Amino acid sequence: MEKLLSIIFIYIFVENFVLQRFFGICPFLGVSRKMETAIGMSMAVVFVMTIATLVTWLLYNFILVPFNLTYLQIVTFILVIASLVQLVEIVLRKISPTLYQGLGIFLPLITTNCAVMAVALLAVRQEFSLLEAVVFAIAASIGFSLALIIMAGIRERLELAKMPDVLQGSAVTLVTAGILSLAFLGFKGMLTL
Amino acid sequence: MKATSPYMQDLTRGIIKENPVFIALLGMCPTLGVTAFIVNGVGMGLAATAVLIASNLVISLLRNFIPPQVRIPCFIVIIATFVTIIEMVLQAFQPVLYEALGVFVPLIVVNCIILGRAEAFASKRPVIRSLLDGIGMGIGFTLALFILAAVREILGHGTILGPDPDSAIHLFGANFEPMALFAQPAGAFIALGLLLAIVNLLFKRFNIN
Repeated sequence: MEKLLSIIFIYIFVENFVLQRFFGICPFLGVSRKMETAIGMSMAVVFVMTIATLVTWLLYNFILVPFNLTYLQIVTFILVIASLVQLVEIVLRKISPTLYQGLGIFLPLITTNCAVMAVALLAVRQEFSLLEAVVFAIAASIGFSLALIIMAGIRERLELAKMPDVLQGSAVTLVTAGILSLAFLGFKGMLTL
Repeated sequence: MKATSPYMQDLTRGIIKENPVFIALLGMCPTLGVTAFIVNGVGMGLAATAVLIASNLVISLLRNFIPPQVRIPCFIVIIATFVTIIEMVLQAFQPVLYEALGVFVPLIVVNCIILGRAEAFASKRPVIRSLLDGIGMGIGFTLALFILAAVREILGHGTILGPDPDSAIHLFGANFEPMALFAQPAGAFIALGLLLAIVNLLFKRFNIN
């Protein structure tokens, strides 16, 4: 229990996936322009990340390890993630066409969202149990969502701010992310596994 | 820009004009994640370049055999195969670099630059042009990582060729106190943001595009 709680705290705040570990920067920069799309993307990532980690953990420990096929890790993990994303895309198109429109190009891009792949790989590398791996995936995706939603809130105001035009767009977004990351640095060293 | 042969254009496009990091903003995760030291940044750049060239080559060769409906999974399997090879090569011959890059080595498979070039270029063009495009984009990516890593290592640690104490060269005297911010994740974001602003400024000044 203690370990599960510390995993949750560490991967939401101390080792925030976006701001401290640099996983999932592309969607973080790409869909943080509006709050609505940021929330939609966050929900999609929480869902995909949790299922992907569950499936890849089971595959790794019950198929790849017993048959001595661990060198196929990268290929199997990426295929599982890619097919899961397809699934989410089909479901979302049926249930919520507006959200599907809003997420647009970024839904297929969850495939190349390194955060999803990183969670799956790290869950295996850190030798988490199944429960720990799933909790880890949920915590990491909440951390990702937290960063994305904070950023969307800031960027909605930033649109109206005056600034030198060379800074506009990605440059100022990255500097803002840096300051946000500096704030999260306050958690550093609070808890380790 | 003066008229040059398409081959020359394919090679040079990725280096400055369509630099994958500074202009297209692709491959941000490794760009920010491994650039605390120049050695790690350039190592990551070269590893990704090797995968990019090999996957561009194979995808271009197979472009008439891959059915368009399942092209993305096919590209991913090809890329993942080369990443596995690179991972094994690094583990065997460069264990220190392999440890330093950590999980970012298998994450080359989800580097948007590689899938992006496969989809946008190599799947539609002949072999030689795809090869040149891979080399150009790889150089552009490595160059961007080198510049960011140089800024971060010099300001954040005061060294070049670190972190290995045997090869590290201290640029400043004993009284130098490094700006620890640039060694931290926050410094990576800020340094890259400011570099992007500088690139925008230079592009405007010299009327590139």
